[in-house]
Amino acid sequence: MGAMTLARRGNLPQNDDQTTMLVRKIPDGSVIDHIAAGKALSVLRLLGNPQENGFTIAMVMNVSSSKMKRKDIVKVEGMEVSQEQVQRLALIAPRASVNIVRAYRVVAKRNAVPPRTLRGILSCTAPTCVSVREKDSAPSIFFLSGKSPLRYRCKYCGRELTEKEISSQLG
Amino acid sequence: MRGRNEPLGAELVSRDAWKGRDVISILDFSRRELESLFAAASEFVGPPKPRKDLADYIVATAFFEPSTRTRLSFTTAALRLGAKVIDLSPDVSSILKGESLHDTTMMLEGYSDLIVMRHPSEGAALLAAELASVPVVNGGDGSQHHPTQAMLDLFTVKRLKGKIDGLTYTVLGDNRYARSATSFLYGLTKFKPKMVYIVSPETLRPRDEVIKQLKGLGLRFEQRAELEQVIGNTDVLYLTRIQKERFPDPNEYEKVKGSYKLTKEVLAKGRSGMIVLHPLPRSTELPYEIDSEKSSAYMTQAHLGVPLRMALLLKVIGGGRS
Ligand SMILES: [Zn+2]
Repeated sequence: MGAMTLARRGNLPQNDDQTTMLVRKIPDGSVIDHIAAGKALSVLRLLGNPQENGFTIAMVMNVSSSKMKRKDIVKVEGMEVSQEQVQRLALIAPRASVNIVRAYRVVAKRNAVPPRTLRGILSCTAPTCVSVREKDSAPSIFFLSGKSPLRYRCKYCGRELTEKEISSQLG
Repeated sequence: MRGRNEPLGAELVSRDAWKGRDVISILDFSRRELESLFAAASEFVGPPKPRKDLADYIVATAFFEPSTRTRLSFTTAALRLGAKVIDLSPDVSSILKGESLHDTTMMLEGYSDLIVMRHPSEGAALLAAELASVPVVNGGDGSQHHPTQAMLDLFTVKRLKGKIDGLTYTVLGDNRYARSATSFLYGLTKFKPKMVYIVSPETLRPRDEVIKQLKGLGLRFEQRAELEQVIGNTDVLYLTRIQKERFPDPNEYEKVKGSYKLTKEVLAKGRSGMIVLHPLPRSTELPYEIDSEKSSAYMTQAHLGVPLRMALLLKVIGGGRS
């Protein structure tokens, strides 16, 4: 937040390039960009709250973006986000991109790609769905039904979860 | 008994391959498969002859929700083909008291060659089909699918109008909770109707996922508020009762109950040759005075349930002999 205020005062044009300057470059670790505004903390939770395990975190919240109006950015120093984490990241930040940085250079780019099938991760919101009524023995299975906005469709009742519902279940 | 990753509605089999199939949604079947079912069912219309095709088989009916027509027509169909029927009675109290659908399904699988299941939860038949090694036929799952009703409805249209394509359909009533209406709409996506009008009180319009599905499948349809706007163009009027038992909030039911009703006066505005279908049971939307109208076809529709289900059982268990 502080960084953003500074940018406003300085009348800096807030495009994607400028915002990356608001937080210093990291020597090693991961830069997660294009997170929907307000979701940075959820992203950290999904990554297992690395700040509680000694990693240094830098966050930019609610910054202007040419691609998505407002966005958050998270940098985790010293920690490389795994491919599996990127997949799960896609559920709460479907447009996120992850850059893996070593010695100040981007060595890998990982785009968040939502998995086609999700098992046991989401819960159906239809109260009479068999996956809800018989949840002890019935699996929860969702199929990807839309990428932008993100949507998943319950295999059993056809109910679709919206992007908001998905991120609130996971955030 | 299905592939575990198979999404609903996927037409994985384009040829006529009924044997051993689960019947969960009419969307799972191709036009060709439906036409071959109707052809087989036509053979069974008329005075029944004793048959022994399924003499070595046992059909289980498991209805976790009250039903008369669907359960009895499946039972009659099975008996007419020489099969034996075991019935998990609609006295469901003991089941509701604790046994899971999983355990009930595993029991029935061991006792029978085919399970016909009705259940108040959407997806119940699909879940049972994944668990059971014998075919499962969905006799209605919550407000979602009722495939054999839709097959029977289309079969009725075919018999009475000579075709399914090129007609204008009006689906009137509870298009939100009535699985018969949803399944009929899904069934129409397999054919080429001239136009489909969906007429319902505002709170009983089809659910978003159903509208999305119909659009995705390319059905030509329009939503209208009043029957009178479209009855003059309608060839097939499909009526359903308000599904009181599926309203999450009883107050919502009170608000819409009695909100539509077919009258002789409205019917008189229909074009000649129009037929009126209703899956029954009825409530106030279909007064008894309509029964004597030339257009009323719902009793014929109900009777065709037996030949249609005979053809279906024979195709699924016996592999399409007819
Ligand atoms: Zn569901």
